[in-house]
Amino acid sequence: MGGKGRGWTLRLVGLLTPITVWLGLFFLVPLLLILAYSFGKSGVYGGITLGFNPGNYLKVFDPLYLEIIIRTFVIAALTTLICFALGYPLAYFITFKGRRWRNALILLVMVPFWTSLLIRAYSWVVILSGNGIANKTLQFLGITDAPVTLIFTSQAVLMGMVYSYLPFMILPLYASLEKFDTRLKEAAKDLGASRWETFWRVTFPLSMPGVIAGSILVFIPSAGEFVIPQLLGGSRTVMTGSLIQSQFGSARDWAFGSALSIMLAALLLAAILFYVRRVGADKLEGV
Amino acid sequence: MSAKTGGPVYKGVGRIPDRALLLFSVLIYAFLYAPILVLMFFSFNSSRSTQSWTGFSTEWYAALLRDETIHQAFFNSMKVGVTATLIATVIGTFTALALTRHDFRGKLAADTTIYAATVMPEIVVGVSLLAFFVATLIPLGIELGIVTIVIAHVAFTVSFVTIVVRARLAGMDESLEEAAQDLGANPTTTFLRVTLPLIFPGVMAGALLAFTLSFDDFVITFFVSGVGSSTLPLKIYSMIKFGVTPVINALSTVVLVATIALIFGGSRLLVRRENS
Repeated sequence: MGGKGRGWTLRLVGLLTPITVWLGLFFLVPLLLILAYSFGKSGVYGGITLGFNPGNYLKVFDPLYLEIIIRTFVIAALTTLICFALGYPLAYFITFKGRRWRNALILLVMVPFWTSLLIRAYSWVVILSGNGIANKTLQFLGITDAPVTLIFTSQAVLMGMVYSYLPFMILPLYASLEKFDTRLKEAAKDLGASRWETFWRVTFPLSMPGVIAGSILVFIPSAGEFVIPQLLGGSRTVMTGSLIQSQFGSARDWAFGSALSIMLAALLLAAILFYVRRVGADKLEGV
Repeated sequence: MSAKTGGPVYKGVGRIPDRALLLFSVLIYAFLYAPILVLMFFSFNSSRSTQSWTGFSTEWYAALLRDETIHQAFFNSMKVGVTATLIATVIGTFTALALTRHDFRGKLAADTTIYAATVMPEIVVGVSLLAFFVATLIPLGIELGIVTIVIAHVAFTVSFVTIVVRARLAGMDESLEEAAQDLGANPTTTFLRVTLPLIFPGVMAGALLAFTLSFDDFVITFFVSGVGSSTLPLKIYSMIKFGVTPVINALSTVVLVATIALIFGGSRLLVRRENS
């Protein structure tokens, strides 16, 4: 656009300098710093000596830590899957059956989306702990006689995660279903397709961008989650997020903590690339 | 959200799947709201329990009003939220303009960095900033506190603002800007009188998003805050860890109601802007 002269260049430099400085200095440099730390060696009192020490990465394969990392990815994958299973029908319902209530229904999904995750996780602490609502309900239904331990289990963590991230799945699904041209459904019907055929061969494939965006939006924060396992998992259901935190906190092993962080970021990046490639990057257009 | 309707409602075969879908959707909404309502309900309990109802009282709200540390945390959150939002909105809008209106070398790198910043797990952003601040600021005698929290919040919200404003710019008719320039407006006038009013709803939406993200952030703040710079989420977290009492429920209720008011107020404001 426009003639490219000195003014053009100056304006561009002016527009780009702030972001370059800010993200460069406070996002990229810190990442490079922990990359360097991840090959360093932690001192006894918390200091760090730089060097080339792959030991921090090898430590990840210690069964003690490997179990935590595997648990993290299993819980994140299950969270994504359950959110999809619960979220898709709802997004479908809002889009195609919501009629004049459509905007109100989607606003009802946006409220929890914008609400503090910490508070929403806390609500499950109240429900699951001690002889709370959950236990009272179980006793009322005659499933148990006395209160059972519900909090501090991996099921509690999974519950909290699904609850927290469900809106992150529904909103992108709705955004892509909303663009759907309903005439396509009619065309499929006219050509003799049944309801299920229409859904599986027309509607669902066209909603793939929403499925991809929703899965990424749920999987990444769940895999890095730190608050929910702290509040609902306790010391028995530790996830990678809490492990990283403890290395930078009480354990004071910054080198290992850095290696874990780099590994988590790299694994997630690889997962996204693999996923996007499998389902097709072209489908990401317009997300 | 567009107001267009979903087209003709599917009629004929299978009323049963429709009913099942309706029931399922009602259950999902119940799942989304029941825990929040339980939480709010027990904020009015007369005893210290958050699990057994003993009677109505507002004593926990009174306790909330008396607690100075909660007020301090709230003010810290507001200070951080407003400052970070202002900085992130200006930088994000500039970036969005550069990315939509200009072609330059390194655009792909800029794009990649901006998206990477939105998908990077918060815990990784948090610990890397902690390491960075400890390595650079502490030797200079600057302590972790409000300033480091603001820096961190701008770093993680600026990309979201950029993406939101950029979407708005992409949908804008560029010929209006060209017309203004043909009529003799300089780039600054064109921006202030033509571009900015047109993208304003996007800028506001980006600012609203940045503020909410900043106000709610726990993980990143947890790592870059220092003694005495506790924000509201940090305060709530330490209260939960210290022991569950209805005061937390009362505080949560206030935050929830304020958030809902902000969403409704914000969306109405944006809709009105859009229509005018």
